[in-house]
Amino acid sequence: MSLELVATILGGLTIGSALMVVISKHPVRSVLFLVLTFFLISSNYILMNAQFLAIVNIIVYAGAIMVLFLFVLMLLNLSKDNEPKSPFYIKIAAVTAGGVLLTVLIAALKDGITVGATSTVDGSSEGLVQNLGHLLFTKYVLPFEISSVLFIAAMVGAVLLAKREKQLID
Amino acid sequence: MVLASIFESGVSIQFYIVLSTILFAIGAIGVLIRRNMIILLMCIELMLNAVNLLLVAFSTYFGKADGQIFVFFIMVVAAAEATVGLSILVMAYRNIRTTDVSIFNKQKG
Repeated sequence: MSLELVATILGGLTIGSALMVVISKHPVRSVLFLVLTFFLISSNYILMNAQFLAIVNIIVYAGAIMVLFLFVLMLLNLSKDNEPKSPFYIKIAAVTAGGVLLTVLIAALKDGITVGATSTVDGSSEGLVQNLGHLLFTKYVLPFEISSVLFIAAMVGAVLLAKREKQLID
Repeated sequence: MVLASIFESGVSIQFYIVLSTILFAIGAIGVLIRRNMIILLMCIELMLNAVNLLLVAFSTYFGKADGQIFVFFIMVVAAAEATVGLSILVMAYRNIRTTDVSIFNKQKG
């Protein structure tokens, strides 16, 4: 089986499950299809020799973020009946706007790449942990440290927002 | 084992450009047609992942790992955004008992 066929099948499955995220009426089904989409995107990463990112994608997205979504969904106790629906003309307008966006982006990007593929000297090892870690702690060490400040800000913000305010209850 | 480079075996970069643009458009359409706030946050995650896919594709195409470092930082920002967004969602649900985004433009103060 050629690599081209594998890439085409994976791409089609990714688009299909991403469509199901939007189409599904039940929120839990949407979350599960999004998990499937993340796994398919991870398999695309493996196909492109980004092995470490594929694992990190599964751990962070499918493992942490989607479990958080699922947890909040179970907490809110939503069902198919009280799912808010938008009117039909908004759906038509949204699909038209999305289609126009897709057409413009593809038309703008399709012929933009005129440079051929660059093969690495040591044969596709740029996605492995050693190379990425070296780059992260030399060239990109300042953004790496700043992202920890972002995490602390997000953590403090989440705790402050989700904390029940006592004076409002009384 | 490291696979043979995908771009040397017939798959063009245009394939991944089209794939990630379609994923991004699906996310944008989802943000526009759905009213449930959780689905909206999920569609934003879908759009971020479409961008990640294109960054990894170009990183492999040009043989430089810088694009994959950017994907790391996008994941960091996505995790922070998801936690803060979900806590805002829980707080809003506690007050108005719904996750419909069209209610939120009636809120005052």
